[in-house]
Order: sequence, then C-alpha cells, then structure tokens
Amino acid sequence: MTTILTDRGDARVDASDGLRVSAADAERAVGWTLKPEGMCHDEICVPLPEGMAQGGRVDLAAFWRHLGNPVLSSEAGDAWMLGTGVDARRAALEGLEAPDFTLPDLAGKPHTLSSLRGRKVFLATWASW
Amino acid sequence: MIVAIAEESRGAEHARQWIEAAKAEYWCLIDTDHRVADLYGMVNVPQSVWIDETGRMVRPPETTGSTDHFRRMDLKTRTMTPEDQAARNAARVAYLDAVKAWARTGAHALPADAARKRLPANTPEIARAHAHFRLGVWLRAQGRVAEADKHLGEASRLHPDSWNMWRQAADLVEVGKASGPGFWQRVHALGDKPYYPPPDFTAV
Repeated sequence: MTTILTDRGDARVDASDGLRVSAADAERAVGWTLKPEGMCHDEICVPLPEGMAQGGRVDLAAFWRHLGNPVLSSEAGDAWMLGTGVDARRAALEGLEAPDFTLPDLAGKPHTLSSLRGRKVFLATWASW
Repeated sequence: MIVAIAEESRGAEHARQWIEAAKAEYWCLIDTDHRVADLYGMVNVPQSVWIDETGRMVRPPETTGSTDHFRRMDLKTRTMTPEDQAARNAARVAYLDAVKAWARTGAHALPADAARKRLPANTPEIARAHAHFRLGVWLRAQGRVAEADKHLGEASRLHPDSWNMWRQAADLVEVGKASGPGFWQRVHALGDKPYYPPPDFTAV
C-alpha cells in the first residue's frame, strides 16, 4: 500500500508504476474524479495530456504537477506528498474566507471549523515547544 | 467561540497536560501536521486569526499578545526585569481586551481591503516548504529519522521565516532543543527584526 498525504488528510491507496492509481483511489485521496473529459473537481474539468490516464488508472503525481502543485515522495516510494501550490493558496487567502479544516481533540473526536458559521471565532495557535 | 490549535507533531499526548490544566470549554484541537499554519500562512506561535459570523477573516494571522521582551532575559536565570515583565503582561492584557471588545461590539475588525493587505507572504518556496515539512513529519512518525530530517531541513531552508518549522523540527530531534542554543542563535541573527511582530490596532 502507498500513503498519499494531502491537505485533506492521509489516504492509503493501491499504486503501481510510481503513483498510478484507480479512479476510485484518486477520488478518495484528492477529491478529483476521472471522467472522459479529464479530471474533474466541482465544476472544473482539467483535460489530461496523452498517457496520463490509461485503463481506468491515472498518474496522480503527474496530474498534481500538471496543476502546478508541489509533489514529493519518500525514497522508498511508499509515501507521496501532494501539496498545494502558491497560486491555489494565494487565491484562497485573497478571498478572505477562512480556510476550512477538520482536526481532532484530545479524545480523537473531529471538529470542523465551518460548523461554527454564525458565531465569531477566535482561532489561536500554541505549542508545547 | 475560541478554537485553540496545538501545533504538535509529537501528537496529542504531548499537549494533554496543558489542555487539561486549562479546563477549557472551547475546542482544543491537535494539529500534528501543522495544517492550520500551512492553510493560514502562520510562521510562529502564538498567532491568531479573527473570523466573523460569515466565515470571513477580519484579522489575518497576527501575534497573540506575545512580545519580544524575552530577548533581553537573563539566560542564566531565565528571568526578565520587573519592567519587562510588566510590559509583557500589559501587552497580553491589551490584546485580550481587544479580542473581548471585538466579540462584544465588532471593534477592530478590518475592512476587506485592509485585511487583504495584511495577509502573510506566499511564495512558491513557501508552498514547497510546507510539502517538505509534512512529508518530514510523516517520515519521523515512521521512525525514518535521517530521511525525515532531510525534508524538515529543506523546509526551513525554503521558508526561513517560519519559526514553527524550525522549532518543531528541533523538538522532534529532542524535547527542549526548540529553545536551546540553536534557537537563541537564530533569535540573535534577527538583529532589529521582531520575533513577535506586534499586532497593529491603528484605525484603518
């Protein structure tokens, strides 16, 4: 199994030949769906260059770079970091909508920022170090 | 509503004692990947963001009431002068008062243009730094220390302004290293630059 790290969390997928994964694994890991017109997310479809998708599997690393995002892998190839590029990050912040996230509390229970809509939120970071 | 995020790559158990001592009724969340720092462009702790009822940032990341007085402390005794201690406490109280005023009346919320001007820097190097940091933390959790530290080192090289990345990486090597001699060297190297840029409450 191969681990994919993204903004959305971690996903375990069955990858071959680098990061070629099934359409189902791709959708689960990064939220993009393989369709005849390309890879689609919400209303957007990005056409794929020749060879990026074959036999129902897509080269997710190549696709992620195609979007202009950083891609890294471990030496053993068992973990891939699919990052967020500067343009996407900048666009999200310029809109001023607070970027959403889901994180666990001490008991492991997940909490999602956007569920607090309707209330003012004072979001503060700290650390033990 | 307060949402307190622990930027703790060592995990929840490392944050537990402080969270339990706070007896908080607000959310205390654990962010082992520093995802919030990545999403919001934060570079240090404590930093905070004010978010209004519609989900809009009305104050982008800024220092949460901490000051640079610590830079003048006596490193042997780890103490500050009474004057510095008082000034430090006053800054903290002033910031909390500002937060409380906003909660009650909406004071200090920035209009969109002004908020946009205060957004943190965002560059391709910073985006790559966050990717290296995340993979480094994952590799550390797998016990693949040498490979992990290459990525954590690259993250700090690409994003030298991030104290979060440098100090968390130091802490992963050894608890306490984040405030050891290497930390003080980096602080001294700041020269006239602030470690905690003071929040700006001038009217806009």
